[in-house]
Amino acid sequence: MKIAVLVKQVPDTETKIRIKGDSSGIETDGIKFVVNPYDEYAIEEAIKTKEKNGGGEVIVVSMGPARTVESIRTALAMGADRGIHIDDAGLQADSHVTAKILAAALQKEGGVEVIFCGKQAIDGDCSQVVQGVAELLGISQVMIAVKFDLREDKKGALIQRRIGGGSQEVYDVSFPVIVGAEKGLNTPRFASLPGIMKAKTKPLAVLKAAELLGESKPRVSFVNYRLPPERKAGKILQGQEPAQMAAELVKLLREEAKVI
Amino acid sequence: MSNILVIGELGGGKVKKVTQELASKAAELAGKIGGEVQVALIGNAQGAEELGSFGVKKVFQITSQKLEQYNTEGTVKVLAELVAEQKPSIILGTASPMGRDLLPRLATRLEAGLASDCTNLDIVDGKLVATRPIYSGKAIVDVKFETAIQMASTRPNSFVPQVVAAGAKAELVALAKDPGELRALIKEVLKGKSDKPDLTEASIIVSGGRAMKAAENFKILLELADVIGATVGASRAAVDSGYAPHDMQVGQTGKVVNPNLYIACGISGAIQHLAGMRTSKVIVAINKDPEAPLFTKADYGIVGDLFQIVPLLTQEFKKVMAE
Ligand SMILES: Cc1cc2nc3c(=O)[nH]c(=O)nc-3n(C[C@H](O)[C@H](O)[C@H](O)COP(=O)(O)OP(=O)(O)OC[C@H]3O[C@@H](n4cnc5c(N)ncnc54)[C@H](O)[C@@H]3O)c2cc1C
Ligand SMILES: Nc1ncnc2c1ncn2[C@@H]1O[C@H](COP(=O)(O)O)[C@@H](O)[C@H]1O
Repeated sequence: MKIAVLVKQVPDTETKIRIKGDSSGIETDGIKFVVNPYDEYAIEEAIKTKEKNGGGEVIVVSMGPARTVESIRTALAMGADRGIHIDDAGLQADSHVTAKILAAALQKEGGVEVIFCGKQAIDGDCSQVVQGVAELLGISQVMIAVKFDLREDKKGALIQRRIGGGSQEVYDVSFPVIVGAEKGLNTPRFASLPGIMKAKTKPLAVLKAAELLGESKPRVSFVNYRLPPERKAGKILQGQEPAQMAAELVKLLREEAKVI
Repeated sequence: MSNILVIGELGGGKVKKVTQELASKAAELAGKIGGEVQVALIGNAQGAEELGSFGVKKVFQITSQKLEQYNTEGTVKVLAELVAEQKPSIILGTASPMGRDLLPRLATRLEAGLASDCTNLDIVDGKLVATRPIYSGKAIVDVKFETAIQMASTRPNSFVPQVVAAGAKAELVALAKDPGELRALIKEVLKGKSDKPDLTEASIIVSGGRAMKAAENFKILLELADVIGATVGASRAAVDSGYAPHDMQVGQTGKVVNPNLYIACGISGAIQHLAGMRTSKVIVAINKDPEAPLFTKADYGIVGDLFQIVPLLTQEFKKVMAE
């Protein structure tokens, strides 16, 4: 069974965002980059699925600049078998362009039955690439997946998807399928020391994004990057009797903020 | 003609408030480009024609037995057909579990640009410009479109439903469409216990953090929530400690919420928690530590023990709301 995981490298969640002087993007120097948190669940589920299947191969696919290789090595250290780095040097990518390139890489690989992804990359926060790849490859998608059980025939899976209000849909899907992982799907393992050593010698192919893209162009552009408006200093009540503060807060919410 | 098509959402057989919000914004945008607002609904809804009061001209009701349960590919197919017939220049939907699943795939099929999870929309030089938070709300960006069809999904509670023509009825157009052969089939729906609006749609939220100390203690938040019509949320620390299910988590790896009022009880205000709630219109922090970072983001706050303050708030709200 061939399993692919799509992994994106993103700024660490603690990153303080600074905007470039010309508002065209963010300053990237000094930023610590990590594996997109949702993609960690995807990597774990891919490895687990291979284990449950009793064999197969987990291929990590990641598009980005040279530093992206670190994220691929992280996934290899966790237990993935080989990596494909798609070098995006000189490319202007929106969600569509990204989906197009990833879909082309998967097609080139051929025979992939399950593709695990994160439900969302926490840099652009778009949540569009997985559905785009699904459409371009013409396969089924299940987003916001919190449970993945390989079917007995190993030709499909029962996948639970969270739909809000505490409710979930349970899908019965035959492969091929692409899955967008949500927190709760599993607990990602840490890379072991031997795992990290082994990762260094696992195969890693490099493809050129521009060659996979063909004629496609971005469909949107992001302009005028800015910081969110500062909130003005709030009214913080302290040092009085609790009952007095509670009454004061209720009054403020009703009469000043008018939200209740 | 530059019409705007809104992909509507139904809940309990009725048109949801998020669709009224979006229809109102669409009516404002349509005024700037000289088109009409149309709504597409999958399934039959009570009172769909009443969307007319928000400025909607036509409601397309697409019915198919096969789509009684949501299906991504089937819904994309019928909507793509509707778009081919109606040729709207703008398509809007909600950044809900359905919208987030559906719209990117529909956009890819229609070769349309899509801006996801937007908090504002405008028309500049006759074209859509969408504003959206990125980097978990740590920055904001405008999205411009390079395509004939422009698409956006918007975060619930971003707009206020506005009655522009009281009593006006939209024209109902019933359409029978074939969603084709369906592949990923829903085998079962596991119903949540809550009858409250989902966190992502709630207009008031009361959240508890690590300070709640135990799952049972969330009872005091539920009591407050009942009085003010709120949905209860939690920080990751509360979820990871097993006090609340992950479905209640607000933040970077939880839900992004956008209520009018967010009351955080015993939550310190870590950057990953802010990621989920920073666009709340009014933020209230209750924390016994005056140095808690959330106080710097809050509009109102009480420095005190939540186990004392929260029940007092519940009492006080009960009192004033009975008046
Ligand atoms: C990749 C990543 C993703 C993350 N995603 C999320 C996410 O989605 N959501 C999220 O919330 N966090 C997330 N976090 C975790 C985040 O960094 C914080 O650890 C978490 O938000 C802390 O939760 P807390 O405020 O409840 O707990 P704490 O930080 O421990 O704060 C508890 C607060 O309660 C106060 N307190 C204690 N007792 C009382 C009392 N009796 N009355 C009043 N106040 C009291 C304390 O003063 C303190 O300020 C993420 C972290 C990482 C690394
Ligand atoms: N450049 C990329 N390389 C590999 N996978 C990606 C890339 N961009 C997005 N993805 C995958 O698509 C998911 C959703 O991303 P997005 O639609 O950008 O929010 C991510 O969690 C990844 O699994």
